[in-house]
Amino acid sequence: MSPASAPAVRARAVLPGFRLTLGTTVLYLSIIVLIPIIALVLTGAGIGPGRLWAIITAPRTLASLRITITAAAIATVINAVYGLLMAWVLVRYRFPGRRLLDALMDIPFALPTAVAGLSLTALYSANGWFGAVLEPLGLQIVYTLGGIVLAMSFTSIPFVVRAVQPVLEELDPALEQAAASLGSRGFTTFRRVVFPAIMPAWLGGVTTSFARSLGEFGAVVFIAGNLPFKTEIASLLAYIRLEEYDYEGAAAIALVLMVLALVLLFVSNMVQLRAARYGAVTA
Amino acid sequence: MPHDRKGKPPMTIEITQMTRSFGKTAVLRGIDLTVADGELVALLGPSGSGKTTLLKIIAGLDWPDAGRLTVDGTDWLKLDAQDRRIGFVFQNYALFPHMTVRDNIAFGLTVRPKAERPSRAEIRRRVDELLGFLQIGALGDRHPAQLSGGQRQRVALGRALAIEPTVLLLDEPFGALDAAVRRDLRQWLRGVHDATGTTTIFVTHDQEEAFELADRVVVMDHGRIVQTGDAATIHDSPATPFVADFMGASIQLPVTVQGGRLAAPGLDADHLPARLPDGPARLFVRPEDLTPVPDPGGPWTVASVSNTGAHLRLVLSDAAGTEIPADLRRRSPRAAQIAPGMRVNLRPEHASVFPAETA
Repeated sequence: MSPASAPAVRARAVLPGFRLTLGTTVLYLSIIVLIPIIALVLTGAGIGPGRLWAIITAPRTLASLRITITAAAIATVINAVYGLLMAWVLVRYRFPGRRLLDALMDIPFALPTAVAGLSLTALYSANGWFGAVLEPLGLQIVYTLGGIVLAMSFTSIPFVVRAVQPVLEELDPALEQAAASLGSRGFTTFRRVVFPAIMPAWLGGVTTSFARSLGEFGAVVFIAGNLPFKTEIASLLAYIRLEEYDYEGAAAIALVLMVLALVLLFVSNMVQLRAARYGAVTA
Repeated sequence: MPHDRKGKPPMTIEITQMTRSFGKTAVLRGIDLTVADGELVALLGPSGSGKTTLLKIIAGLDWPDAGRLTVDGTDWLKLDAQDRRIGFVFQNYALFPHMTVRDNIAFGLTVRPKAERPSRAEIRRRVDELLGFLQIGALGDRHPAQLSGGQRQRVALGRALAIEPTVLLLDEPFGALDAAVRRDLRQWLRGVHDATGTTTIFVTHDQEEAFELADRVVVMDHGRIVQTGDAATIHDSPATPFVADFMGASIQLPVTVQGGRLAAPGLDADHLPARLPDGPARLFVRPEDLTPVPDPGGPWTVASVSNTGAHLRLVLSDAAGTEIPADLRRRSPRAAQIAPGMRVNLRPEHASVFPAETA
């Protein structure tokens, strides 16, 4: 019998409901995420390039962007180091209270950012627990860049910890044993074997942490003091513009923040893709 | 040949009275073992017998609770894993996934302190040499994820050999490979051992693998060494009922010893030696060593016959409902006489006898 004479068989999907579930997901994603972003881009485009440039390069906008990016960068460096350490401690050691510490790591996610901002301000103000010690030493945190950094790292630290933790847990202990039998010790093993394996996840967490810090609003406004040119962050300035019915000004600043965040996400995904190609993520 | 054995000190491994427990579970219960320089030894046993733990202790990846481990007179329990110069091949190979094959093999050389580290050119030369020796010359720039199981095995061995190890340890080296690749690599590993002369210990639960590859097989059970010897000794004269069973003598028949003779209903075992005092005993037989002899008065009945091509696989049963297997070569004259439903006596061609279990 020639193959042509055999009746054609239509393949049936083993898992039903693909169209319905995908349709719902795409619709939801569009309403919640995609359409607002497009609206923002359209508003930005409506402003016209000349006016857009003028808003962005206005001294107050530039100052707020510089403050935001500087604070977010410092907060991210702190989170990158401390988050990695925290994940290491949670995964590699067994000690009483480990589960509690692990659960505490979610507080910055769960806590309303305004609450975080309020309590940080209370702690670090001149008559707060920490402030009472630090201010006589000449270290003022509240109403300074330091305060902004503090609020930003508080709200975004879990991104790094939670990104690194599962990958570190999955890391095959035989890799480190192999390194040891080949003569490699402590930090060399970490640098040459462990870190390359967790690097993509870590970098992903660090980038998300940076993106989140750029946009952090609730926690920062309480502790920053919000002095234009000194401690005024970009998202606050956008909010102020909106309050002044200056929609174009608000949209232009928001657009800059969005482009920054998207570029970061893109770079992070590229780096992770490159690293994941050879299975560095799943050892 | 990557190494020159001349000038290497002899590496005799001596293990005495070694014990190790994980919590309440005793994993090693007093191990005494000496491995001579250049020997290829297999640690054979079922899972849970403690063989991998013993291997890891020799490598310095685990530590005993008590006992001694000396290599050429040096106390190795005072040395870190890093200072033992062990070539360890892990069960899942544990290749570094983000490094190329070259970088994996070079790892042990590149992590040495600056003063002892060979030059870049020298490392490159040694890696090239190993790639050629392991017949994976074309794979140098690939990553482990791009290799087959057999190729990974070779890379893992190359990485271990690169540091010119004093001892080579392999944990279930062929466990994750399919049968054809296994046989291939076995021959090849034997070749590698003969070429390098490195003292080698490998762990396996596969008796065929152990016998084919090793100079000497060490059988372990429940944290003890139960027998040590070559293939023929262990196969033909198992030291304990466990070894007999583990070596494939899966049929147990209750017998009685009387004046140096074995007796049981329907058993033709006069030709077998029975060096046991009179009393109840157990006979251990392999299915292929059991010949059914047709006898209308025999207590065993041929319950079923299935054909595996080379063999006829019989199931024999007695009046009490006991069922035992027997394998006959299909083309043997005996096989032609056998039919289902036939009454037979049993003639074990070869068997081991142990005293009956004292409960």
